[in-house]
Amino acid sequence: MQVNAKTLNDTLYISLVGELDENSAGFVRENLDRDFSNTFCKQVILDLSNLSFMDSTGIGVLIGRYKKLKEKNIPIFLSNPSNHIDKILKMTAIYEIMPKLN
Amino acid sequence: MKYLNHLHLKFDALSINEGFARSAVAAFCVGLSPTLDDITDIKTAVSEAVTNCVVHAYPNGFGKIEIFVGLGKDFVDIEIKDNGVGIEDLEQARQPFFTTKPTEERAGMGFTVMESFMNDLKLSHNQSGGLKVFMTKKLQPKNLMASKTQNG
Ligand SMILES: Nc1ncnc2c1ncn2[C@@H]1O[C@H](COP(=O)(O)OP(=O)(O)OP(=O)(O)O)[C@@H](O)[C@H]1O
Ligand SMILES: [Mg+2]
Repeated sequence: MQVNAKTLNDTLYISLVGELDENSAGFVRENLDRDFSNTFCKQVILDLSNLSFMDSTGIGVLIGRYKKLKEKNIPIFLSNPSNHIDKILKMTAIYEIMPKLN
Repeated sequence: MKYLNHLHLKFDALSINEGFARSAVAAFCVGLSPTLDDITDIKTAVSEAVTNCVVHAYPNGFGKIEIFVGLGKDFVDIEIKDNGVGIEDLEQARQPFFTTKPTEERAGMGFTVMESFMNDLKLSHNQSGGLKVFMTKKLQPKNLMASKTQNG
């Protein structure tokens, strides 16, 4: 699992690479939270195009990060999920709090 | 015989085994030439059930998970069981967003995901008191592309 971050203008771009499940959740949480606290961005875009697998543990991770960013009034967006991850995200109504970018 | 082929796995309830478990079941199903969508659905459902054994079944951290896979002509049966604490109210547990671990960033969507990715989901009590999850996936008709080309 990899969490790759870069800041461009006022946006923090983070790309998740690999499989997000219970085994990698702790690593992903820690890395995202560290990236969030190290930047002064106005918004976060999570790129899911290289996330090859995710289950409901990933939903918990995403909602947890949303809550942390909300305290700082920073919106977070999701981009390019695979069909199967898109299905899980829709099922759990995640896009209502983290809109999907097209 | 109900099944053409049968797999039985038993391994430690550790999160490091989740990737192995879902990939092993998916690889075993490849014999039926399923579509990529069906394989991903099966992988996800297996991951949910195995994760639940790891996260909920054994509060003291040690235990086993058993998986049986039965391949039929055009379906896959999967049973995943543990010998852990079990679930008192099975109906309540499978409601969307129900979780007993909200403070640990759990969404309570595991059973909902299994239900929507598979064609059947049955929860029952294992003899030991643990949980038994039984799921069936009906495979989409295969060789659709091939027959299309054949028919012109
Ligand atoms: N194998 C198990 N042993 C004991 N309890 C279980 C088991 N599997 C599930 N449960 C109980 O059923 C509840 C619902 O499970 P479900 O997978 O739907 O949600 P979750 O695991 O809490 O959250 P999520 O799957 O979204 O991370 C769990 O919170 C837990 O209380
Ligand atoms: Mg679960």
